[in-house]
Parts: sequence; C-alpha cells; structure tokens
Amino acid sequence: MKARLHPNEGVIAMQFQSPLSVEDAVAFLADDQNARILSGGTDLLVRLRLGHIAPSKIVDIKKIEGMRSITREDGGFRIGAAVSGAEMNENHDLYLAWPGVVEAAGLIGSTQIQGRATIVGNLCNAGPAADSVPALVAASATARIAGPSGVRDVLVQDIPIAPGQTSLKIGELVTSIFLPAQPVNGSDAYLRFIPRTEMDIAVVGCGVSLKLDSAGTVVQARVALGAVAPTVLLVENAAEILIGTQLDDDALSALAEASSSVANPIDDKRGTIAFRKDVSGVLTCRAAKIAYSRAKGTVK
Amino acid sequence: MPKDEFTPRTFSVVGTRPLRPDGIDKVTGRARYGADISAPGMLTGMVLRSPHAHARICSIDTSVAAAMPGVKAVITRADFPVHPENNGTADVLDNCMADKKALYDGHAVAAVAASSRRAALDALATIKVVYEVLPHVLDVDEAMKLDAPILHKGRKQEGVPADVSDNVLTRTEYGHGDPEIGFQMADLVIERQFKTAATHQGYIEPHSCLATLGSDGQGDLWVCTQGHYMARNTCAEILGLDSGCLRVTPSEIGGGFGGKTTVFLEPTALLLSQKSGRPVKMTMTREEVFRASGPTASTSIDIKIGMTKDGTITAAKGDYRYQNGAYEAMNGTLGAMTGFAPYDLDHVNTVGWDVVTNRPKAAAYRAPGAPMAAFAVESVIDELAYKLGLDPIEVRLKNAAREGTKSAYGPTYPAIGLEATLKAAKSHPHWSAPLGENQGRGVACGFWFNFGGDTCVSLMVNPDGTVSLSEGNPDIGGSRAAMSMMAAEELGIPMERVRTIIADTAALGQNEVTDGSRVTFAVGLATIKAARHAIQIMVERAAMTWGIDPEAVEWVDGAAQPAGPNAGKHPPMSLAEIAAIASNTGGPISGHFEVNAEGAGVSFGTHIADTEVDPETGAVKIIRYTVFQDAGKAVHPSFVEGQLQGGAVQGIGWALNEEYIYGKDGTLQNAGFLDYRIPVASDLPMIDTAILEIPNPGHPYGVRGVGETGIVPPLAAVANSVSRAAGVRMTSLPMSPPKVLAALKKM
Repeated sequence: MKARLHPNEGVIAMQFQSPLSVEDAVAFLADDQNARILSGGTDLLVRLRLGHIAPSKIVDIKKIEGMRSITREDGGFRIGAAVSGAEMNENHDLYLAWPGVVEAAGLIGSTQIQGRATIVGNLCNAGPAADSVPALVAASATARIAGPSGVRDVLVQDIPIAPGQTSLKIGELVTSIFLPAQPVNGSDAYLRFIPRTEMDIAVVGCGVSLKLDSAGTVVQARVALGAVAPTVLLVENAAEILIGTQLDDDALSALAEASSSVANPIDDKRGTIAFRKDVSGVLTCRAAKIAYSRAKGTVK
Repeated sequence: MPKDEFTPRTFSVVGTRPLRPDGIDKVTGRARYGADISAPGMLTGMVLRSPHAHARICSIDTSVAAAMPGVKAVITRADFPVHPENNGTADVLDNCMADKKALYDGHAVAAVAASSRRAALDALATIKVVYEVLPHVLDVDEAMKLDAPILHKGRKQEGVPADVSDNVLTRTEYGHGDPEIGFQMADLVIERQFKTAATHQGYIEPHSCLATLGSDGQGDLWVCTQGHYMARNTCAEILGLDSGCLRVTPSEIGGGFGGKTTVFLEPTALLLSQKSGRPVKMTMTREEVFRASGPTASTSIDIKIGMTKDGTITAAKGDYRYQNGAYEAMNGTLGAMTGFAPYDLDHVNTVGWDVVTNRPKAAAYRAPGAPMAAFAVESVIDELAYKLGLDPIEVRLKNAAREGTKSAYGPTYPAIGLEATLKAAKSHPHWSAPLGENQGRGVACGFWFNFGGDTCVSLMVNPDGTVSLSEGNPDIGGSRAAMSMMAAEELGIPMERVRTIIADTAALGQNEVTDGSRVTFAVGLATIKAARHAIQIMVERAAMTWGIDPEAVEWVDGAAQPAGPNAGKHPPMSLAEIAAIASNTGGPISGHFEVNAEGAGVSFGTHIADTEVDPETGAVKIIRYTVFQDAGKAVHPSFVEGQLQGGAVQGIGWALNEEYIYGKDGTLQNAGFLDYRIPVASDLPMIDTAILEIPNPGHPYGVRGVGETGIVPPLAAVANSVSRAAGVRMTSLPMSPPKVLAALKKM
C-alpha cells in the first residue's frame, strides 16, 4: 500500500493546532521553535505559499476567548490579537477615541484583507513599514504578552527589534493591545506615503498623537515614524518642539526638520534616502495638523 | 482589392451594445482559464531558473532529482531533440530552456514533472547547476558600447556599423527629405534625450498549459495563449513534430496584451509529458511571470524637431535605441517607424536600434515600440508649442497627416482619422475646462499600423435555424460578441441566434495570433464573407425550392425572397425555414472564408490628460482624462470604449510608476504586483472616451482595429501634463514621486 501513497502522504509535514486557552497556546508554542502563530493569516499564508517559511506547527489563536473582542478597560480599549482591521473600523467608540490608530489599521491591504488582518500580526511581523505600528507607538499603546513565565505588558515600540525580529521569547505571544484612555482635548492621526492610492506599502509612515489645553495649546505630543529605519522611530524631540505651541508655522517647520533628521532610511526599490527624509517631514506636519484639528474639535 | 471593401449602409445589430455572450461564464467562475483543467494521472511541471543575470552553464546534475519518489521526468536543454533552423524559433527554444549560457535572471535551465507541486519543488532543489558568472549589461546605451559584455556573437545584421557592440542586432532607417535643410528653416529647434523603463503587460492570468504528448508524436495541448496556431507551429518546430499531430485548444484568456503571442512553458510541458508518459500541467507563479515572460523594451531616445513661429514643423530627426532583452525583437524598428507617423513632414529621418541585454526576452506589448517613441516625439512638440506660445492642438492640426500624406515610414495614407480626433479634442469641454493650483494639462497623439493576416472562419446553419460560428482566435477583447453581431447583421437574424466559439487547431485552417488589433477587422471580414457564402447557398436552396434561377432570389431581412415581379410570386423563406428542409435540398448548409486579410487601416488617437502634482512629495494624481480615437466603425461600442480606457490606463501606469527595477547583480528586485505598481482603480478618474468613425476602406463595415492605439499617446499626454503642472520638463519614465520631487527641487 505504501507505494501507492502520494509521495508526501504519510509524512506529517505540518501540525495545525487551535487551542481554546492562552495556556494551551503557550504550551504548543513553547515546545516547538518552528511553530508559527496564525491570526488573520494575511502574511503567514502568503509566506507559506511563496515557500519563504516551512513551519512545523501552526497555532491558530482565533478560538481563544477574548482574542476577537474589543473591550473597555480603564477608560481605554483592549483589542484582542485576532481582531481584524474591519472590526476596529466598525467600532465607533474606538474610532472616536483613536481615529489615527483605526485609520492606520484600515490602510492595511484590500477590503478582503481587512476582514482578516490584525494589528498584532502587523506588529509581530516586525516589518519596518507596518502601518499600524507608528500610530500605536504615538498612542503610547502597550502589548500584553503571555508566555511560559506568565503575563507582562510591554510598550509597543519595544516589540520590534530588527526587520522581521521581535523581542518576544520562545513560547510567547501577544494576546492583546491596550490603547489608553484618550485624554480630553486629545486625538491622533496617521498618514503614510505610497506611490499609489491603496494596495501598497508605506514608503514613509507617520503617527502623531496630541493633547491640547482648553485654549488649543499643545500640552502632550508623540510622533512616530515608520519605513524610515529598521524599526519604528519615536521622534524624541517632537514633544519639546510642539508643547506650548498652537502648531504655528515655525513649530511645523521645526517639526518637519526634526522628523527629517531623525529618519534614517535606505535607498531601495521603494524610494531614495533623500526622498524619504523629505517626505518624513512633510507627512509629520500633515499628520500633526490633522491630529491638532481633531483634538481641537473635542474641546468642550 | 481591399480599398473596395467598404460600402456605406445602415446597421441593425452593429453599433448596439448587447450583453456579452461570455459574460455569465466569467462572472460565475464557470469559464475555464489555463489552470482550470486537469487530466487523469496528471503531473505538475516546474522549472529551475537561473539566479544569475549572465552565466555560463558549466554542468547540470539532475541525477538526485531523477531518482526522487514522485519524480517522473527531468529535462534540460540536452533533452530537446532538434535545433530549429529558423533563427526566431531557435531563439524561442533558447528562451524556453537555456543552452550554453543563462542570459538573464529567471532564465530556465531545467524542468521536472512530479506527482505533486511539493515533490516537484523538492526535486528542483536537488538539481546542481555549476555556473561561471559573467559580467552582465542591462542598459541599452551601455550594451551598445564596444566594451560591453556580449550576449551573442555573430548575430549583428547587415547595416549595423562597426563602432557599436555585437549586442546591436539591427539598425533600421526611415524618412525622406533632408532634415539639415529643414532645421535651417526653423525658428526654434529643440533636441532632447528621453528614457523609458521596461514595463510588463501585467495580465492577471499567469501562463499555464496542460500538455499530453505520446511516444508516437501525437499530442494535445490546452493553453492560455493569444494564438493557438502559433503555439502549435512553434512547439512542433521545436520538438520536431508534424504540426497536424498536435492539436492545440486555447483556454479562456485572462489578459495578454501581446505577452502571450509566444511560448514559454509549452515545449517544456510537451517534452516532460512525452518523457513521463503522463499529462503535465505547468503554471507560472507571478514571480516567474515577471522574471521569465516578456516585458517590453526599455529605451533611450534622442529627438530633434524644428518649428517655425506659426507652428509648422520644418524637420524632424529621431534616434531610437531599444533593448529587447536577451534575444532579437523589433521594438526599436517599430519605434522608428511610428514616432513621427502622425505628421506630414517634408524632412524627416529616423534610425531604430534593436539591442540585446541580460533581461528577459521582450514580448509584444500593445502597439510594441510605439508608446515610448510617441512619448519622446510628443514631448518635444509640446515643448516647442509651449515655448512659441502656440496651442498644442493647433500645432498638431497644422502638421497633421491626412489622406495622401507620405508617412514618415514610407507609405502614403488613405483616408485616416487623426484630424478628426484632434478637432474632437479641441471642441471637447475637457480642453477648455479651468485648471486648479498645481494642475497641468497635456495632450498627445498616437499612431498604430494595425494588421490583418491569415484568417479562417466557418459558419454553420443548424437545422433549428440557429447559427454556429467558429473562429480561430482566442477571445481576448470580446470577439465572440463582435463576430456574433457581424454574422447576425449579415444574416438578418438576432445576435442571440449566433453562437461563436473558438475552435481548436484541427477545426480551421491557419490563423494568425490575436495581435495587431486584427481580430475585429480580419476575423470580422472573414465572418461577413462566410455569412455571405452561407447566404449564397441558402438563396440557391430557395431558388431550387421555387424552381427559379438563383440570380432571381435576393436575401432581405433574414429571408430569401424573389428579387422582383418577374421571378414569380413566392412567400419569403426565412433562414430557419431553409435550414429546416436543408437535408432535403442538398444537405447541411455552411459558409466559410479563408483569407490573408489586407487593408487593416491605420489608426490614430489623441489624448488629453489633466494631472495634479503634490509639490511637497512629487506625487502625481490623474484628475481628468479623455481619449479620442478613430474606430472606423465601432461594432460593439462598449467593448471599444473598454479598449480605449484599458490602453489609457496601462499607459498611465507606464508613465507614473511601472518599471523593472534591477539590483547591482542584475537580478530583478520587484517581481510582484506589490513593487511593480500597475494603477489600482482608486488611482484613476473615469477615463472618458470619444469614438470617431472614419470608415476603413479595407473592411465591409469600415472597421479598424482599436486595441493598441490607445496605449500610444498616454505616456506623452501624462508627461506633458506633469511637465506643465510641475513647471519642469520630465524626460524620464516612470515619473515616480522620488523622480518628480527631485526634479522640483532642482528648479
């Protein structure tokens, strides 16, 4: 009978597990270094098909409770690791609080991809051009990590450490993202530059989160850049430049300069160093203006 | 004679917009494309490809692969039985499977057939190829230099000078008058150099085929192609088969645009099948499509044009240098022929160069060679008009070729439609609409030859009065609808009564590939003639039934009737009535027609493009776009509009973002639709169209091909628009945001 088998039949090439609990997921991941997590699968399946990866095990986390829900917590939002971009976009409260994060998630892929793709997957792929990551970093989002040694919360900006590499240890997985309560008079924005209008990958991405006082003066600011360095960049001096201003022209040009000089891009098929540095400044100002007008719109 | 074919008439079916007969199959998924078919015992064929741009193949060891479980056949070039005598076919074979050298990244070097894709992939991984990597060359100007790495020795053709390298295969020259005299008469002479990147046709369906070939030399091939007769003839020649023993059936086709007018996988699939004794299916991945099927040429073009203050062109010169990838193609020749074709010039000279480089062999791409030439020529005309303060449409009207003009490439034009498209553009609201900040408007003209060629059609009148029509060209642009409509028009029956199918190679005589915008013209002509042949037979049957001379019977509104009172009083006999009794009046009725169709009728178009340039990022947005083109006669206007829109959109992609990007090692960096950026729907406004109908004297209904001309003007129309919006002349395509921003910063 063996001779009649398909050449690959009888060989267990890949295991597929659908754990119902985080503990089981951690156990499946911890005993197998070549295991991969399946959430939306929009990157994993493509890489599988292209032959770029050959995992020994796929652990589908979608059946674990909480993975597919958005819940309120401490005035903020906890977003499960398997929540899709489309689900985020349909959550009105989430959009009102963090429109920049939601829009960033909504830019990933096509309508079909939006039904599956997740921000946790976007984060854990550790692609330098991930759209949702600069928005999450600007929003001071944290990732909850479960692993063999328990649960910990880590700032999103500390997850990617190099293209394709994260700070997660073997057996660990991100179970949710937490977006803090949006302060009164606060809002955010995300913009990316792509050569087309959709279905593309960021040549530069920029997330800006601002909090204003009741007079419209900036009191908190965080700016993050994507696609211009191996990992997401926080524009450290953005707060210094913007706080105390009402986003006047001088502040904006200083912000643009700060953003352009922090950007540390490469020349590649998607753009030149000079172009990416220029556009980093341009997008930062444009995103800051949107975040500012949104924040101002919430002034009671 | 072709000129006498056209007769003015009124139409009842032609010119209407019925639902396409293939529509339901396509929207429900029932239509069968290349990969949608299977055979019992079928194997999967896969190709091992060179990772080097240029390398000598020292040895290939397939022994491990051949011994692997599930692997049924492994082949290299050594397994191909013959060396084709014809240079062109030998090149096709060499492109399908490398011989002594791999000439580009992605060049096939071996293939396997195995019982699964996984087994085939595993087998490919064990094949050991020893390469000696050679220096490579990708750029046309670099490849022409005497010290360039040489791809082929001894292929230089007559007329190629000694001071260029052996990579230059042909040099062609066209023109008349003396441009040097003409330039002296000009008030302003502008000379510029232009560059365009290689682009791919970007069809959605990858190449795919299912091959069966027995040891007796008899075979079947199911294939996604623009020409199954071409596939049959080429495969037969490459494999030393009798073409009559190989039956080729075309699948539905998900786009081709010229890129499926040759073979890539088919000879390999047939040989794997013969060696394994099993059917073999091969389907390219998208990456393989980009790396190893045919993109078009990249170019370097010098254009010099002189103009007087009133806008008269006094002289024009063009030097068109095209690289065609690793083998011979004639894109540069076609560029040299087409660039100045829209204009009536006293002094014109053009030279075309066709050069090989370490890139995939160029395949035809919609009006091959012409869009780049038009980009260069129309850009200089725009700049002359701008600097002389003249209206760019008026300038073109002043110099437009008309009936009787001696074209820049030689022939004298019959009735043509360029002037009509320019006048329509000038009077269209688009031309006078206001523009906003950072916006610009560009206009450009374009020309394409169009083609006829070998064509066969059979039309069967069925006993129930329906009609079956067989054509031998894959339906790539709605030809089943168009043929059914023309047959219905001629027969005088509803279009729904005529079902057109694409017949296999054993059912009809030789048919030229679906290229040169030839099908609606040539197959349409043959369809009309086949219908007339059937009508003649039906008239004879009616005459026999009535006992009168056939000359006394005429065909009116789908029925035979006595031609006049002298013919006697007989009630008309409809097609269905004649069909019903055909068995008793001599047997089944069918009409057919075979022809090498001439008189295709050249085609012209004028495009207007509005763009907006983001001064801070260099991003270009198409704001408004209108196409004006002469269709001769639009058989199904919706399909014609689709062709004009499709051509414009592919040209817009070519102008703005599409390009083959290579690394320093000569490997392709963007072999996928993420980084090879064709436009997406949201990048574009609705492309407006205006169909002009200046009848082609060579077709009974006046039809001209419309498929290709639409891609000729947009590169220039968009570049002229961007140049005016940005305030800086853009001479290099694509006008990607980094390039536009750099140009803006240099101002």
